[in-house]
Amino acid sequence: MKIKVKVNGYHKTFDVNPDEYLLDTLRANEYLSVKKGCDNSSCGVCTVLFDGKPVPSCSLLSMKADGHEITTVEGIQKDAERLSEYFGEEGADQCGYCNPSMALTVFALKKEIKDPTDEQIKDYLVGNLCRCTGYQSQHIAIKKYLGDDQL
Amino acid sequence: MKIDHFYKASSIEDAYEVLTKNSKNAIIAGGAWMRLSSKEIDTAIDLSELGMDKVVVEDDFIIIGAMTTLHSVESNQDILQLGNGILSQAIHKIMGITIRNLATIGGSVIGKYGFSDILTPLLVLDTTLEFYRKGKISLEEFLDSKDKEPDILINILLKKQNTKGYFYKMKKNSLDFAVVNVAVSNTNGDYKIAVGARPSITHLAKEAMHFMNQQKVISDVVILEAVEIAMNEYKFGSNSRASEEYRKQIAAVYVQRGLNEVTR
Repeated sequence: MKIKVKVNGYHKTFDVNPDEYLLDTLRANEYLSVKKGCDNSSCGVCTVLFDGKPVPSCSLLSMKADGHEITTVEGIQKDAERLSEYFGEEGADQCGYCNPSMALTVFALKKEIKDPTDEQIKDYLVGNLCRCTGYQSQHIAIKKYLGDDQL
Repeated sequence: MKIDHFYKASSIEDAYEVLTKNSKNAIIAGGAWMRLSSKEIDTAIDLSELGMDKVVVEDDFIIIGAMTTLHSVESNQDILQLGNGILSQAIHKIMGITIRNLATIGGSVIGKYGFSDILTPLLVLDTTLEFYRKGKISLEEFLDSKDKEPDILINILLKKQNTKGYFYKMKKNSLDFAVVNVAVSNTNGDYKIAVGARPSITHLAKEAMHFMNQQKVISDVVILEAVEIAMNEYKFGSNSRASEEYRKQIAAVYVQRGLNEVTR
């Protein structure tokens, strides 16, 4: 079956099976920044923005994405680069596997909540797991990114 | 889950017609828990295009469309005000924001999941469900029903009333299902108590509620007696998260706290 989606601003047509999930569709079409992890909505590494809202692509049927807008980390390049710099400054990443999904969720947080508290930041990111860092350095980096007036 | 065909419904009537054509056809909501199922579906019917994803506030009811995402429900200002915001609190504790942007309130209700954190507060908030064929029935009646006739959940109706509410979910970590969850409400002296994830499906502690509703004065002794009655009404079980005995002890503590909270 064919679906028409807009990925990072570009119109695309994908051929999908009725029980195929968006994660697999995107990866099969070379959107490799969308990572495969737990495959059951628990780890967050497959996060994409679906009409601007962060969702686990491993649990969204590709057919349900027909006619909608998908954003991967490449679609928020400027913000992702800036966040990456803050992560570097704070020693907030090691393997980097969770970084694209983390960047997308933090980007969505910035759009949804103005001046979030520490608790709101932690709450928003509860579904994005990082097995390397322990979160504290990421939290500091994210606060710097959220307070960056140049973005 | 295996799906052979996918169909975007153009109306509720259209969805119902396709649903009743084949016993292997099924409505899909957000699809958040579909991976957990080994079910085989002939035609998956999608309701996404039918505008059922809105919260409408009327004089007496808050009407939540069945396809409204959990995050939209938890963020709604009127729902935040109802019963001390216990429905919003319960949803907020469900995994992360990403899954709550996908899962819908209708899918969470219709599944009658034993682990549900949503059914427990809904039960004490005087919730009515509106189906395409069955019409309006109480959530309590729906949970008790063994009716397998195909139908489509359209709306979840919350009665707007002056309710004091309490909700607590005990869990081992942020992403886990509840060890046990408890909701208590007091609407002008009408008490409701529900305990879920025991690990079986939530239901009301009717004898304890009846006992509470008969009291002229609610003292600590009365509350302790109500807790004891409630714990005798419920059947607790063991699984990988907790033992039967542990669940019972924990539930008793939180029902007591809930009754204290809504009595103040």
